[in-house]
Amino acid sequence: MKAECPVCGAMIELKEGTLVGELLECPDCGTELEVVSLNPPTLNEAPQEEEDWGE
Amino acid sequence: MKIGLLHSLIRKDEKLLIEEFNNVKGVELVMIDDREITFNLGKDHFDLDVVVERCINHSRALHSLRLFEAAGIKCVNTYNVATICGDKLLTSVALAEHNVPQPEVRVAFTEESALKAIEEMGYPVVLKPAVGSWGRLLSKVNDRDAAEAILEHKTILGSYHHSIFYIQKYIEKRGRDIRSFVVGDECIAAIYRNSSHWITNTARGGIASNCPVTDELRDISLRAAKAVGGGIVAIDIFETENGLMVNEVNYTMEYKNSIHTTGVNIPRKMVEYILRVAEEK
Repeated sequence: MKAECPVCGAMIELKEGTLVGELLECPDCGTELEVVSLNPPTLNEAPQEEEDWGE
Repeated sequence: MKIGLLHSLIRKDEKLLIEEFNNVKGVELVMIDDREITFNLGKDHFDLDVVVERCINHSRALHSLRLFEAAGIKCVNTYNVATICGDKLLTSVALAEHNVPQPEVRVAFTEESALKAIEEMGYPVVLKPAVGSWGRLLSKVNDRDAAEAILEHKTILGSYHHSIFYIQKYIEKRGRDIRSFVVGDECIAAIYRNSSHWITNTARGGIASNCPVTDELRDISLRAAKAVGGGIVAIDIFETENGLMVNEVNYTMEYKNSIHTTGVNIPRKMVEYILRVAEEK
């Protein structure tokens, strides 16, 4: 299963067991991406860090 | 048994936790995305045995936990623990009330009173937002000029939250501090966070290495965890000439870089604890 990087257009292989909401890094451009759908496989740029993010 | 996993982004930490839950027979994991859920106060009926909070936003975690608990659902961690750990001021109060060693802390609400407190404490000090994480907006204040500038900037440029001045005496860390992991009544592992920078958060480039869990470390970790209400927490600890001191307690702890470092399957320990909580009547 492959999805397109919305930034550089690279086709990225999604491993078996990939989940909606999962973060991954585009191996070509290094952008952090979020898996927003598995059917069809779709990636968006991951949200930017917010003030209350953390542990 | 039905376990609700409250989340937004699925980071490596959540993925590892999900994989451990999937290894347990009889467990149904229900994914709850905090970007999609809505609550209907007084009318919510969740068919869940426990909710595990793994939000990335503190505000969403805090309010969701309160709403789930209001609907009669047990949560790990509890709303009370999230409230205390999510606010450094409340954490320090809880630690003080339980006689857990921590660096000197003073709190002030105006530039003038904050400056007076800093001058009395002596330089350097660290100014921290009471609510914040990953080392964001920490300021090491080395002299009066810096203090005046930072206090003015925080007052004028920040929201009112930044005028709650949480002032901590700076501790010379000699290149490292300790993070210990507490699950229930057990201190399961610890790491050193090594950095040449005074901010040692791994989110800011600190490098993890294994830290043996000594009796002293176990004792202060368990006492700190108990002070904030228990559950699954990570304790940030300074090594000082006067012994170990607790810096902060984290309630949505991140552990992905600490599993291989410590040799402890941290998510498995978490799952075992969560299942025990779920089974309690």
